[in-house]
Amino acid sequence: MSYFLIQTLNGVQYGFLLFLVASGLTLIFGIMGVINLAHGAFYMVGAYLAWWLAEKTGSLFLAVLMALPVTVLLGLVIERFGIRYLYKRDHLYQVLFTYGLILVLNEAQRVLFGNDVHGVPAPAWLAGTIRLSEAQTYPVYRLFISVTCVGVAAALYLLIQRTRLGMVIRAGATHRDMVAALGFDIARLFMIVFGLGAALAAFAGMIAAPANTVYPGMGDQILILSFVVVVIGGIGSIKGAFAGAMLVGVADTFGRVLLPQGAGVTVYAVMALVLLWRPQGLFGRTA
Amino acid sequence: MQRNRRTFLKQAGAGAAVLAAASALPTRFAVAQKAKLKLGLMLPYTGTYAALGHNITDAMNLRLAEAGNKLGGREYEIVKLDDESAPPKGKDNAARLLVRDKCDLLIGTVHSGVAIAMAQVAKEENKFLVIPNAGAVQLTRQNCSPKLFRTSFSNWQPAYPSGDVALKDGHKTAVIMTWKYPAGFESAGGFKDSFVKGGGKIIKEILPDFPSVEFQAGLTEIASLKPDCVYVFFAGAGALKFMKDYEAAGLKASIQLYGPGFLTDGVYKQAGSAAEGIKTTLHYADDLDTPVNKKFRAAFKKATTREADVYAVQGYDTGTFLIQGLDAVKGDISAEKPLIKAWEGVKIDSPRGIFTLSWSHEPIQDIYLRQIYSGDEKLLGVAHKALADSGSGCVMA
Amino acid sequence: MPSYSRVTLVLLALGFAALALFPLVGETFYIRFFTKIMIYALFAMSLDLLVGYAGLVSLGHAAFFGVATYTVAGFIDKLGIADGFLILPAALAVAAICAAVIGWISIRTTGVYFIMITLALAQMLYYFFNDQLYWGGTDGMNISAKPLLALGGFTLVDLSNRVQFYYTALACLVTAFVMLSVLLRSPFGHALVGIRANEGRMRSLGYDVQRYKLVAFVVAGALAGLAGFLESSRATFATPAYLGWHESGHALMIVILGGMGTLYGPILGAFVLLLMEDYFATLTERWLLIEGLFVMAVALLMPEGLAGLPRRIAALRRRAPENGDG
Repeated sequence: MSYFLIQTLNGVQYGFLLFLVASGLTLIFGIMGVINLAHGAFYMVGAYLAWWLAEKTGSLFLAVLMALPVTVLLGLVIERFGIRYLYKRDHLYQVLFTYGLILVLNEAQRVLFGNDVHGVPAPAWLAGTIRLSEAQTYPVYRLFISVTCVGVAAALYLLIQRTRLGMVIRAGATHRDMVAALGFDIARLFMIVFGLGAALAAFAGMIAAPANTVYPGMGDQILILSFVVVVIGGIGSIKGAFAGAMLVGVADTFGRVLLPQGAGVTVYAVMALVLLWRPQGLFGRTA
Repeated sequence: MQRNRRTFLKQAGAGAAVLAAASALPTRFAVAQKAKLKLGLMLPYTGTYAALGHNITDAMNLRLAEAGNKLGGREYEIVKLDDESAPPKGKDNAARLLVRDKCDLLIGTVHSGVAIAMAQVAKEENKFLVIPNAGAVQLTRQNCSPKLFRTSFSNWQPAYPSGDVALKDGHKTAVIMTWKYPAGFESAGGFKDSFVKGGGKIIKEILPDFPSVEFQAGLTEIASLKPDCVYVFFAGAGALKFMKDYEAAGLKASIQLYGPGFLTDGVYKQAGSAAEGIKTTLHYADDLDTPVNKKFRAAFKKATTREADVYAVQGYDTGTFLIQGLDAVKGDISAEKPLIKAWEGVKIDSPRGIFTLSWSHEPIQDIYLRQIYSGDEKLLGVAHKALADSGSGCVMA
Repeated sequence: MPSYSRVTLVLLALGFAALALFPLVGETFYIRFFTKIMIYALFAMSLDLLVGYAGLVSLGHAAFFGVATYTVAGFIDKLGIADGFLILPAALAVAAICAAVIGWISIRTTGVYFIMITLALAQMLYYFFNDQLYWGGTDGMNISAKPLLALGGFTLVDLSNRVQFYYTALACLVTAFVMLSVLLRSPFGHALVGIRANEGRMRSLGYDVQRYKLVAFVVAGALAGLAGFLESSRATFATPAYLGWHESGHALMIVILGGMGTLYGPILGAFVLLLMEDYFATLTERWLLIEGLFVMAVALLMPEGLAGLPRRIAALRRRAPENGDG
């Protein structure tokens, strides 16, 4: 495979991972109108749980199965005892609350799991590599991440477009009062959405753990990138998150290769350009 | 309060000396012994480098305890402060220890940015600073000072011998890959110095932004450039991920990897097969077969239940450094000239081997070559005997 | 727009007077520490103009503070110019220009978008300094001297004198406070608050809403630049961390804790938060856990911050006899 193609593959693969994280963020923004800075912290929680449980059980899949309910529960509890009281308030308070949550979750991680860096082995049947070029191979696990992301994207799409819950969610995003008037429990709906969003971030952390390593503060970096993805794609749009993630993944990869001097700022420059063209993002409703 | 009391004691001492001039009673050294020495210890106890901060602290305390918890016969107390590896707080934290808590001496830290801030405060306050880790070269080059000592290394130092090692292994071309930050740059500079001098050629330097751990694009570049070897500087999470990605990209088998010891230390067990065969250079090796090292490792394990590492060694040596200097002046830290002289002349029988200090107050030390072999870090030999940092740009004034 | 009650004004005057007298009694370390607090108060106050009055929740405000610190570093250590009368306007200008560009891109959006875009664009500046070895990269830069504020060979203010620096910071804080109070009482301020309350109405009244917002953004950016100038002169240090979003979050915390939309709230908030952090840190290594919980509690329970406490207490007292649940 040619150099250019391999680099594109790198970018797309990175994009898939970004999508997985950003989808939960855009869901929470779009439906609940809540800004959640702690989204990256959920990603970290997922990664640490995956590492810890995989170590205990010896199986990553078992670990994911066990960790997912925990992260959903974490999301539900945080919604029930915190976020819920902030819906009607200015975004400012959501920013502040979730900022505090980052400090707490980061510190809790250190108390519980220490400061060490950890690697998570990929399951044996995914541990192989395939040959891309004379000199380079590609880990099967990375392809598996991509496939998983496509699966999640499809599932999300179906959930929101084709199910009763999705219908209520969609309606709730635009006509909150009407949904309430029709007898749906908005409070419970939002709780579910927040739990789902938190679990998506955590799931991304779990799935990425074998390819990414697990380390303190890992959520901070991914948070900012997810913001960029969501802003480019348009808030609340799953489709937009997908497009934004691909754009960021590819731009970041080629930025490193073609403009190594400014690699750190490439994705932000892309974001600024997109916004100048479409302030509401690629697929966003008018802000 | 502390200072007032000490001034009083000094004055009282001086008065006594005048009264009993003939009887040769209290010397200056003897008087100063009465107050406790205050050591300001500024290290990271939270955040990314917390483990390093704890190892340095515990090992230093271990060494001081071995010496009877006295420095030059004087009692001492340690004021600990968590620097959080946060550069914006560096100066204020250093000032807190030196100005508010009136520490006689400052020790720290791990993060180079914070250490640079500390060095300036120490200079302003005219106090001693002992650096037990931070490797920024400027600390003992442009920013060197008579009252600043480093017991660890400069970023250039462990890297320099690796260029020769690569040449000796028969490599002619190399790609350098490191985070685009000063430590990486300085380390890469060390490798380049010796590799290019010996006739090697650097084909490309790939510099991902710090602290990004997305290496895929760079690995594809390496695969297409096909150098004889690759020199990398990453640490912690970045190091672990790089080694795994390097292996997964199929490069490990064909292109030999070199780096400073920070690449593998602390993470090679986690990396498993990905670390196998990597050659690193450092001023320490866990399996150094000397009585001092063995005794130290056993003592550290007993005291903390953790395995010692290079950071613990640096903390331990900082202890020895304090003891040797302050013993020479009998604990009188105000005897600055003799103290500087004593510290410049230290000969430390360290777990890493015997080392002395260069004119720019930097260890002159052996750099070891190590390799990961069957899941363990093995000492291959000395890569460079008694290597000193150039100290270029340092003016001791 | 701020129209302070008589009690508030008296308390404010007393507060400033106390700050003015502090160096006569304070220890060196605390003079230094209070100087820092006043600088952060100034920084937070500039953010209050955006958050509390213009309704623009910026999560990238630290960028303007940070570029000013690097301007000081650049003049002194790259150009060899230490003249404070050159550096100060330059630092303000650089901060204002950055604010104009970032503001121009981001005020086209509102709400959550605005928050995220200011954050992302500020991170871009952060990474710029983080990546450039010329600017010291992650290590940051020591600034080798303090800006000289001298005219014709006569030193007006000696910034290396701690007490003089303290009063300089206090003077900047008071001046900024008065200036912003006046600005917010002007037609401009009225319009700004009107836009926050009902943007559509102001637009239909013929106001160029975007321009008002942009001007507010630039003014706030320049003031943050002033704070950055002071901080880098005080600490003689520039580091990318100054631009990072944790600094922005921290400033937001100060604003809300003190009470947004009051201008004096951020001063209160800065003193309380920084002194508290100082105290927490001596208590436990896990002080960030305490701080995080505290921040969450403030967000949930104290929307009006410390400045709103008297009013809340008064309201409770009034209500108490009626329903007895005070």
